[in-house]
Amino acid sequence: MLVVNDLRKTFGRRAAVDSLSLSIPTGQMVGVIGRSGAGKSTFLRLINRLIEPTGGSIAFDGTDVTRLTGRDLRLWRASCGMIFQQFNLIERMDVLTNVLVGRLAHHGFGSSMARAFSAAERATAIRALDRLDLAPQALQRAGTLSGGQQQRVAIARALVQSPRLLLADEPIASLDPANAARVMDALRLINREDGITVIVNLHTIDTARRYCDRIVAMRDGRIQFDGAPDGLTGAVLADTYGDSAVGGAIDEAITSTELPPVRQLETA
Amino acid sequence: MTDISLAAQHFEIAFAATRTRQRRTQALAVVAFALAALAAAQFSGFFDVNEMSLPSGERVAGWKLLIGLPRLGDYLAKTVPILHWRTLGADLGEWFWRWPTWARLLGETILIAYMATLIGVVGGFLLSFLAARNLAPNRIAYHVARRFLEVVRTVPDLVWALIFVFSFGVGPLAGVLAIGLHTTGSLGKLYAEANENVDLRAAEAIRAVGGTWFDEIRYGVVPQVIPNVISYTLLRFEINVRSSSVIGYVGAGGLGQEIRTAISMQEYTDLSALFVIILVTVVVIDSASEKLRHRIIGLTGKGGLG
Repeated sequence: MLVVNDLRKTFGRRAAVDSLSLSIPTGQMVGVIGRSGAGKSTFLRLINRLIEPTGGSIAFDGTDVTRLTGRDLRLWRASCGMIFQQFNLIERMDVLTNVLVGRLAHHGFGSSMARAFSAAERATAIRALDRLDLAPQALQRAGTLSGGQQQRVAIARALVQSPRLLLADEPIASLDPANAARVMDALRLINREDGITVIVNLHTIDTARRYCDRIVAMRDGRIQFDGAPDGLTGAVLADTYGDSAVGGAIDEAITSTELPPVRQLETA
Repeated sequence: MTDISLAAQHFEIAFAATRTRQRRTQALAVVAFALAALAAAQFSGFFDVNEMSLPSGERVAGWKLLIGLPRLGDYLAKTVPILHWRTLGADLGEWFWRWPTWARLLGETILIAYMATLIGVVGGFLLSFLAARNLAPNRIAYHVARRFLEVVRTVPDLVWALIFVFSFGVGPLAGVLAIGLHTTGSLGKLYAEANENVDLRAAEAIRAVGGTWFDEIRYGVVPQVIPNVISYTLLRFEINVRSSSVIGYVGAGGLGQEIRTAISMQEYTDLSALFVIILVTVVVIDSASEKLRHRIIGLTGKGGLG
């Protein structure tokens, strides 16, 4: 259970996240939507403390993670897998090493500098890669893979962390529709099979509707809407994205990256 | 329709203004550089007039640079060895008469350069992460590392050599330390600049998995800068071979001490022999390391799929 209470983050005078409170039960898949600059990315990075909060608290299973320092903080980060929009892989190293770095929090200085990972860790990494259909690419340089493959390597890296929480920051924003679907399917599979809580920032409303149990809409650092996808009405969307220039009405099809349903074409 | 043409008109006005401003800046820059060049030439005695006695005993006055040229020619002519085709072997033997000593000192010169480069690589590499604005763990470490690198590279290696010869005595150790220290300063700065240009996304991911600052450097930064590091290092080795061949002039080992002896004893042909040795060595090492550098850059393929 992740409990966020009155969380605030200001950059200069601007509040990126403004008294945000919510609680997420273990195993939920939560989609966070909102305009660019609404504070979605900041919110995710506050959870694993890549960004330090200005105020408020984040508790995970009773532990206040905003107070952690040193090794405890690094172990907390290790228990949050993170997926980035640009994959953030070490492009010049092989895929296997890119997955193995997920174990770094449990390594000392020497073995980390020497890239000395144990046989058991290698086995875990290969299993994670195999689960994402990437075992054959294990020894290839990460930079030579396609965007979709790179993002799945990043998911494998998060998996070997044995995470309790998965934070995905616009995981499909740089991918074509087919790869986007594979990545979202992988995230949902991990959520369902491993029971790991997933918090995913999305800018495509239809994807959020399709994959998430719960949707949180943010605007100017605050929660505009929090509930099941069904509750996401036109009025809510207009409030979340509304712009006087656009006139308030949002056409979901414009932001959609999904492929047209193939099955309909077949039966037609 | 009128809106568009109005915007276009505004653009034309803004464009003309920008253009005028750019031209004015350019003209100013050209004038400023020309004036500075004239001042520098005047200051360094470029336009001086000098009186000089000719071999015939006649005194002439003229532009220093022009009337000095014959003397330069005289000096260089004295260094040219006398070689006859029929007795070429013997004449060459005569020219390079001290070759056993010179060969040993050439070896010493190259080893000084190698050892000094090694010291510079280790020191510069370790400090370059503290001296990179985007990676330094805190401002104090950044400023200390930056200032240290500045100091050790601002002092010329010949001056360091003088200090070390004074402290540790005559010999190659002083040369190694002197060039090594100077190399630490220059390589540290070049490496730090490469570090400042890295893409920090991978480092962010390493932080997100719970890695330490060292892990971020090791996995997020080092793989990106390795080609630059190798390239700069080889380039520095070439420079260090040149440095170590003159550093013996102040007693810090290598061929330099022979250059000093040859000049002070007025052994002109020795001077040319030493010059030939150094030239050949530098050309060989330069071309070998250049090939190697291009190979490495090619292999790691910055323009490739990576």
